[in-house]
Amino acid sequence: MNFACMSFVIMAITVLFSATSFAAAPIKIGALFAVTGPAAFLGEPERNTAKMVVDEINKAGGVKGRKLELVVYDTTGDATKAVQLATKLIKDDKVVAIIGPSTTGETMAVIPVAEKEQVPLISCSAGSKITDPVKKWVFKTAQNDALAVGRIYEHLQKTKQTSVSILTVSDGFGASGREQLKSQAAKYGITIVSDDTYGPKDTDMTAQLTKIRGSHSHAIICWGTNPGPALVAKNVRQLGIKTPLFMSHGVSSKKFIELAGEAAEGVKLPSGKVLVCDLLPKTESQKKSLVSFVKDYQNHYKAEGDHFGGHAWDAVMLLKNAIEHGGDKPSSIRDQLERTTNFCGIGGTFTYSAQDHAGLRKDAFVLVEIKNKDWVIVK
Amino acid sequence: MQFDQILQYVLSGFSTGAIYALIGIGFSIIYNATGIINFAQGEFVMLGGLLTLSCLQIFNLPLWAAIPCAVSASTVVGILFERLAIRPLRQPTPINLVIITIGGSILIRGLAMLVWGKDTHSIPAFSGDAPIAIGGATILPQHLWILAITLIIILANKLYFYHTISGKAMRACAYNRRAAGLVGIDVRRMVLFSFIISSAMGAVAGIIVAPLTMTAYDVGVMLGLKGFCAAIIGGMSSGISTVIGGLILGVLESLGAGLISSGYKDAIAFIILLLILFIRPQGLFGKADSERV
Repeated sequence: MNFACMSFVIMAITVLFSATSFAAAPIKIGALFAVTGPAAFLGEPERNTAKMVVDEINKAGGVKGRKLELVVYDTTGDATKAVQLATKLIKDDKVVAIIGPSTTGETMAVIPVAEKEQVPLISCSAGSKITDPVKKWVFKTAQNDALAVGRIYEHLQKTKQTSVSILTVSDGFGASGREQLKSQAAKYGITIVSDDTYGPKDTDMTAQLTKIRGSHSHAIICWGTNPGPALVAKNVRQLGIKTPLFMSHGVSSKKFIELAGEAAEGVKLPSGKVLVCDLLPKTESQKKSLVSFVKDYQNHYKAEGDHFGGHAWDAVMLLKNAIEHGGDKPSSIRDQLERTTNFCGIGGTFTYSAQDHAGLRKDAFVLVEIKNKDWVIVK
Repeated sequence: MQFDQILQYVLSGFSTGAIYALIGIGFSIIYNATGIINFAQGEFVMLGGLLTLSCLQIFNLPLWAAIPCAVSASTVVGILFERLAIRPLRQPTPINLVIITIGGSILIRGLAMLVWGKDTHSIPAFSGDAPIAIGGATILPQHLWILAITLIIILANKLYFYHTISGKAMRACAYNRRAAGLVGIDVRRMVLFSFIISSAMGAVAGIIVAPLTMTAYDVGVMLGLKGFCAAIIGGMSSGISTVIGGLILGVLESLGAGLISSGYKDAIAFIILLLILFIRPQGLFGKADSERV
């Protein structure tokens, strides 16, 4: 390379770099999602949504004239990796806040890092222990299992179905659900007459269901994520069990109806409102956010937006509001997040306080029933 | 404890056991011809199910046409696997081969994830899903299909191994590779044959269970392990004892889940596996090898 050419290159590089320094530096936000691996059904829509929302905020002029920059890492659902990546986000990328991770296990592992480095963490996972007890720097957007359980039990109490059989998957999601189902039962006057589990990779649950059939309970509650619950629904039908079947919010997606087919008919489950946003009354305060999220997601990814993506939507928007009200310092973002009141998001209406970093009420869930391969709101 | 409850456990056990048996036989055929345990066997089960799905949805074939297509496609994968991964090996020691099959299984699973995505898919049942009542218990028409197809495959196996030249040649390889080679049997060809048969059988197993269990890129792992258990109980025979092994495993799992605790369902299978390996490594029904000095 001759001298003239070299000097041109150097000049070009100088110009390129100086050009960026004229505009205000973007505000860096970190994101940890399980985009691949077993929890990819959570991480993928979350990443897609987070990217979409940040793009849109930037297109509309950013926050206080500054652009947002999203740094996303894939944790593959691995807690060790999540911790390493969280440290990398804070130390190398110097982000002001972190969104994610996608699963409760990863979040619990990342919490000590966020607390030590004093960077706000808005988790997209559901486990209630994330914000109970309250940790100074940790918030979450996914609805607690406790709220979903409460929704089902409320319905059972109203319809006087007081004895239930529970069938939960033997992973983190199922264990947490099982704990909530057992601890809240007494409060609603419900007795659990049979308590069984199945493995996440099991292919036949007729043995457990035969046992449940013998227990003559008023209702069966199955707690798991696809594909297990679809098999449970099929097995229930095969065994000719007429007991009403309830599922968790873990299967509140069209995929469940597709997998379980005919067997899904009549199954009831608590679900975030995003699934039924078209059916909600106009007076519903969340309706505007919900409809715009679903429409945007449809335009961007040609797929239906689900509540998993919604958790990321809520996290980015909460963060945006916090930066708008305060500044881009981690400590002021944290303080502003805690002051969030009545923010109508996708997961529900958020009101954080010093005592509550989960921010949602039972009305975050609606009870839906599957009829003719579609959702119907149970009144 | 009511009688119809027990009956249901046993019937459920039989139907899952038949699946384990079919996969187990695939393990033992390759083991007998080559002396290796093909840990990629479970992946052929997965391929059978997912290829059928593609034939149904992308090429819009009817089910009766989709099944042979899927079986032949998986068989081609089996042939490629043998040609590209097993045959070129310079030092075919058992441990090398076993590690290669594990690697192959991870590769096939990874490719399947890229092709079909991470979602679970369902395939329609062969003849409806109205349950059939037997006594106080119920089974699905698909369970009958599984039992019938397993039976047919076992009979066909029996015919092949005892009444055809190439079947007999394969058994000769199983007894003594070197001697088989000396009397003019092309041992390498027999190895290829064994991969063809077992990948086709794995695919059939995957197809007939898919309507019940649904299918995804990672179903091969657990089904493969359970099939391996069945084969170990049956002493790695390619005949009736592996079938009995599978059925025993299925029934014990189902009874264990129903009567003891559903949490221990998988543990039961692996405890049996370990016990058999410790106490009767030749299988429940096998005679111990006697070494002639």
